[in-house]
Amino acid sequence: MAILITEETRVIVQGMSGRIGRFHAEEMIAYGTNVVGGVTPGKGGETLLDRPLFDTVREAVEATGADASLLFVPPAYAADAMMEAADAGIKTCVCVTDGLPAQDMMKVKRFLKRYRRERKMRLIGPNCAGIISPGKGFMGIMPPHIYTPGRVGIVGRSGTLGYEAASQMSALGIGVSSSIGIGGDPINGSSFRDILELFEADPETDAVIMIGEIGGPQEAEAAAYVRDHMTKPVAAYVAGLSAPKGRKMGHAGAIISAFGESAQEKVEILQDAGILVAPNPSSMGATVARLLGMRAAA
Amino acid sequence: MDIHEHQAKAILAEFGVPVPRGHLAFSPEQAAYACRQLGGSTCVVKAQIHSGGRGEAGGVKLCRSEDEVRSYARGLLGRTLVTRQTGAAGKVVHRLWIEEATDIAQEIYLGFVLDRKSERIMIVASGHGGMEIEQLAETDPGSLVRMVIDPAAGLVEFQARELAFKLGLKGKQVAQFVTTLRACYRAYRDLDAMMVEINPLAITGAGDLVALDAKMSFDTNALYRRPQVEALRDPSQEDPREAMAHDNGLAYVGLDGDIGCIINGAGLAMATMDMIKLAGGEPANFLDIGGGASPERVVTAFRTVLADANVGVILVNIFAGINRCDWIAKGVVQAYQEVGLSIPVVVRLSGTNVEEGREIIRTSGLPLLSAETLAEAAKLAVRARPQPVAAE
Repeated sequence: MAILITEETRVIVQGMSGRIGRFHAEEMIAYGTNVVGGVTPGKGGETLLDRPLFDTVREAVEATGADASLLFVPPAYAADAMMEAADAGIKTCVCVTDGLPAQDMMKVKRFLKRYRRERKMRLIGPNCAGIISPGKGFMGIMPPHIYTPGRVGIVGRSGTLGYEAASQMSALGIGVSSSIGIGGDPINGSSFRDILELFEADPETDAVIMIGEIGGPQEAEAAAYVRDHMTKPVAAYVAGLSAPKGRKMGHAGAIISAFGESAQEKVEILQDAGILVAPNPSSMGATVARLLGMRAAA
Repeated sequence: MDIHEHQAKAILAEFGVPVPRGHLAFSPEQAAYACRQLGGSTCVVKAQIHSGGRGEAGGVKLCRSEDEVRSYARGLLGRTLVTRQTGAAGKVVHRLWIEEATDIAQEIYLGFVLDRKSERIMIVASGHGGMEIEQLAETDPGSLVRMVIDPAAGLVEFQARELAFKLGLKGKQVAQFVTTLRACYRAYRDLDAMMVEINPLAITGAGDLVALDAKMSFDTNALYRRPQVEALRDPSQEDPREAMAHDNGLAYVGLDGDIGCIINGAGLAMATMDMIKLAGGEPANFLDIGGGASPERVVTAFRTVLADANVGVILVNIFAGINRCDWIAKGVVQAYQEVGLSIPVVVRLSGTNVEEGREIIRTSGLPLLSAETLAEAAKLAVRARPQPVAAE
């Protein structure tokens, strides 16, 4: 099972003919991901990496039965590409692109609401590393070999910090069911809570580590969900203990602008919800090991 | 991206917000002339720096004559103002805004921000303006009124009216407030702002509304489609280290410590800074080198970090996904040769092409300290930094 991507997921890449899109599509195919085609307006009918290219997402979906799309579209056009995917019936859309204007995301989120629940697209990102179910497939830019297949879910804002967690876990022999990067923007497609719900429902996931950072209300919202609805154990780490207030730390969303948005405050909120918080970024793996050990002992 | 008060006022006035008459001055003579144009007697002189809290830092003064304006301007221009928001380094005053004085009966707080919970633009207002919103939220949270705007419909009139009545406005003020509110919203929306703040929005003795102070901040991701906004950037108001990094396309935030950081990914960069702190050190900066970094980019990152005289050791931490450890390693070696490094460098590489990268570091013959884990790298960096000289 895993979440959001499996061997069966039929993936198209929007912007596959670009340099970056092509490079990562190749990596995904080499890993065994079921990439069925690409979309580049104006290149319909051509073939790339032995896959057909289409002018529109709708044509790609009709011809290939694609249900997931990965976006490597420049920031100025990314919002449009997301809405096109949603309208064509794509179920899961992952946007790696960094640098989208916040108001474009406001528009996209509003646009997604026009579809009924069963037809509504799930958006991951933007400004994220992507999603992977180790051994099954991935959509994104991560180095897939650092993930060991297993039963712990990872959800995080940062790409590289997610790699750090996965490699620490691999070193301890702990595998991953799926790892989901939700991205570092102030408005993103899926929140921590959205992904925790999927992990809670996934029979192949036993525990989850959530990797947050300063800024925004999503960690607190996730903490409330864990406390009230989650049966699986959750560990966490929050980056930015040393970040000054009011300064944007790389990610557009990583800025402490309101009460409850600093790393210290988030750590307290998570701990109050019964979440095991790693004291430093070097102990994310060890914290997951403790979490699993605790569960076995209970 | 922040802009000056006078720029924000000019933008908002264009959209229909009432603002006092005023003139910009770069010299004491210009300031005195501005005062004369405003009637030659009472006017307000305001230092233009990108920061709040200018009043209590001595950057705003009500002057009674041209001479007073001239002498106050002389003292203020070129001076560094340290406010609650600037940090110890402060910001230099290069320009003044000379404005007609307003007779104030009441002060309203009005702010437009991106609300991350509703993922929409939100208005925050209070009938008790004049102080900072953070202070207001602490001392008088009951006075704060919030209203979320539906992006499809925009700010509709009944919402604006409702807000006016909640703030206790009466008569002609209601219509003026509705106009002001809708103007701010259109400015926010049409120019890709991230924040619009009028504090205070004054009610004058005659009962009219006027924006006495204005702040606007813009979405840097949208500047590509807002050249008129980008043109308002004032590099003199930025940390010189950050201005240099900005020009080189690096995400950089200057801090007060002595351990320079070169890292890929914002999350890993923050985590590395945390680790340095836990190991007993202080980071000198946040720097995200980004994805697909070439050796040249690594050299640029070194130059940027070294522009800060406080840096006594550099920590390079790369977990390569789209990056390649061998390119990073080549860049480190190149930086050593080109920049003429004399301080210790700790390198931690992981991910794509890690073996090739470590080999380059090992065989470089340079005094590079290699670390395998994040914790080890932080410890090494803290240990390698120059010992502080005992205070005299």
